[in-house]
Amino acid sequence: MSREYETVIGLEVHVELATKTKIFCGCSTAFGGAPNTHTCPVCTGMPGSLPVLNKQVVEYAMAVGLATNCTINQNCKFDRKNYFYPDNPQNYQISQLYEPICRNGGIEIETADGTKKTIGIHEIHMEEDAGKLVHDDWDDVSIVDFNRSGVPLIEIVSEPDMRSADEVIAYLEKLRLIIQYLGASDCKLNEGSMRADVNLSVREAGASEFGTRTEMKNLNSFRAIARAIEGEKNRQIDLIESGEKVVQETRRWDDAKESSHAMRSKEDAQDYRYFPEPDLVPIHISDEWLAEVKNRQPELRTEKLARYESEYEIPRYDAEIITSSKRLADIFEQTVAICGKPKKVSNWLMVETMRLLKEREMEPENIVFSPEHLAALVELADAGTINSTVAKEVFEHMFADDTDPKQYVEEHGLKTVNDEGALRTTVEQVIRDNPQSVDDYHNGKEKAIGFLVGQTMKAMKGKANPGMVNQILKELL
Amino acid sequence: MANIISDETIEYVGILAKLELSDEEKEAAKKDMGDMLDYIDQLNELDTSQVEPMSHVFPVNNVFREDVVTNGDGSEDALANAPLSRDGGFEVPKTIV
Repeated sequence: MSREYETVIGLEVHVELATKTKIFCGCSTAFGGAPNTHTCPVCTGMPGSLPVLNKQVVEYAMAVGLATNCTINQNCKFDRKNYFYPDNPQNYQISQLYEPICRNGGIEIETADGTKKTIGIHEIHMEEDAGKLVHDDWDDVSIVDFNRSGVPLIEIVSEPDMRSADEVIAYLEKLRLIIQYLGASDCKLNEGSMRADVNLSVREAGASEFGTRTEMKNLNSFRAIARAIEGEKNRQIDLIESGEKVVQETRRWDDAKESSHAMRSKEDAQDYRYFPEPDLVPIHISDEWLAEVKNRQPELRTEKLARYESEYEIPRYDAEIITSSKRLADIFEQTVAICGKPKKVSNWLMVETMRLLKEREMEPENIVFSPEHLAALVELADAGTINSTVAKEVFEHMFADDTDPKQYVEEHGLKTVNDEGALRTTVEQVIRDNPQSVDDYHNGKEKAIGFLVGQTMKAMKGKANPGMVNQILKELL
Repeated sequence: MANIISDETIEYVGILAKLELSDEEKEAAKKDMGDMLDYIDQLNELDTSQVEPMSHVFPVNNVFREDVVTNGDGSEDALANAPLSRDGGFEVPKTIV
């Protein structure tokens, strides 16, 4: 490549809000019901039905706007976006174009190399999700399920402030964490509760004008996003280098093939003929209402980090790992509330929990053990009722299916043997059975004692108090 | 009629609305749309510089629902008039982007 290029990226992020009901009707938003069981005349677009706005949607949108430093538009309203598609039963989507609820925000991101940068947020608007199309494998038909139709979304539109895949991932991770902390959404990319469309263009380094951009859809993981950015950047540079033009279009990323194709042909005009939604009245957000939502904002990560250091006196490093997920932070606080001992609780989360999550390719959101059971395990280990090896074994069971540690220890007879008589008898036997190791020890091989401790533990099925075994061994040798 | 709708425009509007019009229907639609635009021009003669824009005819705002599930399984009613259905869903010609 002879010339230097700069990539310019802006994101449109759709987030499904964590409400119990849809945005305009009292149907459940629960994921995974049998097709069309969460539907009514409103969300299936029946003539004569009328939408009524879910107040919680407005409050979640305000909360996200406040947490991302936006100005809340106190007089906002909905507009109608017209298009035909089988997943859109009304033949229009109720959205916000002219007066979105939030504008002019931004969040600070930090990339892997420690560079800090603010990414502007152009606007956040509220809208309804579409239904889902399932394509039949054998026949030439698609099946429409409207359970998702009318699920509330916010769309967060960034400014074209990002220049690399690293910055995009940092922005998305930050955004996801903020929204999870607010409880406004679980933001699962793989289940579609967070979806990112990437607008990308390239230009020669130093140019002041933007190049022609494309929009990339169907990105279901951070890895897919990074790959799609790389792929699209190279595709556009190749076009420019060979003297061709980039066409403004929407493209669909195929992560398995690591390539994209244009989604809509040019003949399919994208003209949504927006107009103010006549079935909904405008929203006026009073100063009082805004203040109320502001006061109810939960503690975000930055505040939590500071509090963990001062209140729980755990190291910054621990606090950073635990607050990297709202779920971990919740488990931490609830467990400490039961048993105290913040550093011990933090160790279980940072070491064993993180290890098992990684090993089983799980997210913290999928943790099943309860704070009550983790607290019980911390108590058992701390009181010396079980030793650390047994504790780890119990934890694995607890991690898998929320096993009650007390009950498990009882049922499997895993309590540490602290009975000095029993320990002494076993140690004496081990010494008799291993004369070679005893000789080694007497000849200055300190390590030999480790072997003898191991043999004793083995003889006692791992339940011996290791401290006491050590002491007795040293005494008898 | 001050506003003349071109053949291209009526063709384009037809595509957007997914309508296939006969030549007679096209001519009639062109005349209707021209009349509508004339009417808008007439409205534009009014001085509205002192009038607040409004998006709704009634002076009402903030009509909300609480976030409580009130609807049960509506699948039977939803599918009652579906021309074709399969596995609890509406069956449509295969549609893939």
